[in-house]
Amino acid sequence: MSTASKPSASPAASSLTQPVNGQKADRVFRGVAYACGILILVTLAAVALFLLFRAWPLIGGDQQANSAVIENFTGGKAKSFWGYVGPLLFGTVLVAALALVLAFFVSIGIALFISHYAPKRLAAVLSYIVDILAAIPSVIYGLWGGLVLVPAIYPFWNWIAEYLGWIPLFAGPAANPPRTVATVALVLAIMILPIITSIARDIFLQTPKLLEEAALGLGATKWEMIKLSVLPFGKSGVISASMLGLGRALGETMAVLMILSPGLKYSFKLLQASQNQTIAANIAAQYPEADGIGVSVLIGTGLVLFVITFLVNLLARRITEKAGK
Amino acid sequence: MTQTNPTGTAHTPTADAAPVIDFDKFKPTRSYTAARKRKDIAMRALIILAFIVALIPLISVLWTTLVRGFRRLNWDFLGHNMTNVIGGNPTPSGGYGGILHAIIGTLEITLGAMLISIPIGVMCAVYLIEYAGGSKLARTIHLLVDVMSGIPSIVAGLFAYSMFAILVGPGTLNGFEGSVALSLLMIPTVVKTTEEMLKIVPNDLREASLALGVTKQRTITKVVLRTALSGIVSGSILAIARVIGETAPLLITAGYIVSTNANLFGGEMTTLPVYVYQEYSKYRANCPADAASGCVTTIPMERAWSAALVLIVIVLVLNLIGRIVAKVFAPKKK
Amino acid sequence: MGQQIDVNHLNIYYGSFLAVEDVNLHIAANKVTAFIGPSGCGKSTVLRTLDRMHEITPGAHCTGEVLLEGQNLYAPDVDPVAVRRDIGMVFQRPNPFPTMSIRQNVLAGVALNNRKISKSDADDLVEWALRGANLWNEVKDRLDNPGIGLSGGQQQRLCIARAVAVHPQVLLMDEPCSALDPISTLAVEDLIEELKQDYTIVIVTHNMQQAARVADYTAFFNLKAVGQPGHLEYFADTSTMFNNPQNEEAERYVSGRFG
Repeated sequence: MSTASKPSASPAASSLTQPVNGQKADRVFRGVAYACGILILVTLAAVALFLLFRAWPLIGGDQQANSAVIENFTGGKAKSFWGYVGPLLFGTVLVAALALVLAFFVSIGIALFISHYAPKRLAAVLSYIVDILAAIPSVIYGLWGGLVLVPAIYPFWNWIAEYLGWIPLFAGPAANPPRTVATVALVLAIMILPIITSIARDIFLQTPKLLEEAALGLGATKWEMIKLSVLPFGKSGVISASMLGLGRALGETMAVLMILSPGLKYSFKLLQASQNQTIAANIAAQYPEADGIGVSVLIGTGLVLFVITFLVNLLARRITEKAGK
Repeated sequence: MTQTNPTGTAHTPTADAAPVIDFDKFKPTRSYTAARKRKDIAMRALIILAFIVALIPLISVLWTTLVRGFRRLNWDFLGHNMTNVIGGNPTPSGGYGGILHAIIGTLEITLGAMLISIPIGVMCAVYLIEYAGGSKLARTIHLLVDVMSGIPSIVAGLFAYSMFAILVGPGTLNGFEGSVALSLLMIPTVVKTTEEMLKIVPNDLREASLALGVTKQRTITKVVLRTALSGIVSGSILAIARVIGETAPLLITAGYIVSTNANLFGGEMTTLPVYVYQEYSKYRANCPADAASGCVTTIPMERAWSAALVLIVIVLVLNLIGRIVAKVFAPKKK
Repeated sequence: MGQQIDVNHLNIYYGSFLAVEDVNLHIAANKVTAFIGPSGCGKSTVLRTLDRMHEITPGAHCTGEVLLEGQNLYAPDVDPVAVRRDIGMVFQRPNPFPTMSIRQNVLAGVALNNRKISKSDADDLVEWALRGANLWNEVKDRLDNPGIGLSGGQQQRLCIARAVAVHPQVLLMDEPCSALDPISTLAVEDLIEELKQDYTIVIVTHNMQQAARVADYTAFFNLKAVGQPGHLEYFADTSTMFNNPQNEEAERYVSGRFG
């Protein structure tokens, strides 16, 4: 039906087909928003591609020069890239896993305390304290760990080495100063504690009241109620929170760099110095002196770290997504 | 018999009445009840203990930084850089060097990161919430934003370094490179908080605006973003607080110098966290035997603590501001 | 002056689900037309197609035509934004913009469209719109207070003032009183009676007494069963609808025997 054939059409009605002001801005805005969304995809791809590009000499370059550089880095202990990255990866996973073990139960405890034990007002204060713990920069944890914790904790590690030394993990003698995997793991545990705590707390608070009351109504004690309703409900959330904490610990640089006395072994001796090193700390430590192929080698190790943390994080998010459905 | 028994329970065919049950059999024994109670109390104690355990390091970190940092914190320290600092000797101004260059570097690099990440992050969230509406692409982006927030900071540094090496020239180190590295860490936080804030803007408001014949762009910028503004501001401040303390990526992108460089796009730049690390790794300063009495061998550590104190104050103040903004300026809920 | 609307063979979908089927309807200018019917019959959905608000919901679309004074709102060259400037809408729950004052809320339509307006013009427009919404006397001393500080009934009248301030031809109201107390409801109903001098009004209501009180014409929507599309069952002038309906379902509904 055409407008012209309708004499009754008033001026206002025919304005419908006139262009609206702001139409162009509308399209531009939409385009910009879309571009920013796509940029996320592009950026992640670029991270992988740029790193791969810079690490390429490792694969396609002069292998003899590569092994010369690696020998130089390691004092002759490793010759090939995989021989180099292997112990670093081992150290990274060892330190992160230990930190997770240490932080896990404490975090769950704090989360439960905030969500189910503390009075409401106190809970808010406690949440804030946990957030502060998360806000402190890692370099300050490194400083504190290196200058305060290391001297203070020696007697404790020494005691453990003496009485629990028959367990291979705690084989003595404890290093003094204890710039060891055990001390680093402790500092990393403190750093990932707030991450796990805040996610676990949020999940615990979401436990349906109905479930909790059902348990209490059956005459369960508070702990039994938590075991029956809160923990099963929060299980997947807690797992995913732990994975995120693990991801953070895997990539932490400064605290490790400032505390650990590095080594390049496949060693479980937590209380002895110069046993392991992590990928992230190794990059930061070697970077200033590295050049050319050396940088390529370090970027190659960084790529390995990227892939591993990417997978850990992806897994964590998948778990949350599934639980959310 | 089971066919005629709708409940499917097996009881004797002759008895119509329910079975007689001796409930005393099910009663918990007294010792069992006591054990349950003991366990409850033990778990409560453990949970409280967990909390105290976590408090110890927090208090220790804050306390030592405060006490040790205070020793060298004065106007001279805040107003000078590290030029003319020789060993543990005092400088002509009477101090022992300072962090002026690091403060300037931190502010500029963080500002650069802000200018990159806040617009991109906010617009990305706008796309996800206002335009894409749960499409497959949006879900993928959402997932990748989450994954991106887990990128190790050193990898972000390597990325920025590689990018500048390829685009500008090998071995490029400057402040802006640091900004790019920090943006990579900041964007996911901004996207996520903005998403959360946009989600809680009531749909009523969008409809009210659209029904007035307002274009979608103006509805988003003037109604939706305006309503969510305080949340976005507070989220961005918290994101800044997070990246302002980053060390590792700046170590390999922005470098380290002793003098003041205010040019974000040329030359190396020092930031506060990197300064802390550099002083920490110096460990001790030299004092020759004939040095003046003002020579302090432990000065690097003291400078590290003072810089750490300044850093912690900045971070905590930013946190506080972020929280206040979120609380005070939040639109009143109906 | 208000304008008339003709709806021809309108089918409304959510994705592939047909929500409302084949609606044909004439809405007279400067009259109040009420949509009534049981929940889920699609009366609000039909209302939302009249100013193209329906299509905001992802996947929602429709076929057929809606003619405003003979011009199809769904013609390809028509921008929905322009449609909504000619056809205003008032929603079920009062929704003033929380970041804006009373004055800014009234001016929102003009200001958000980037039209420059002088202060004296703005003052006049605010007073005109608020008087039109019977709210002027209650708020004239506190125009700079936030809009959400008003009571529910005042907020709804503020929303009506906001809608009339862009000077539409038609005013759509989606259960405008369902969130209000009885006294505020009366105030809004009185206002509707006055507004029809200047606007064509379409109102969706759950409340049959309200339809009987305010409407000149009433459209009864119904659905055969849950999951089936809704349809327009019966259309009549209001007194016929409530006193002597020529449709069995409508008779059952208005006499309160179902719905």
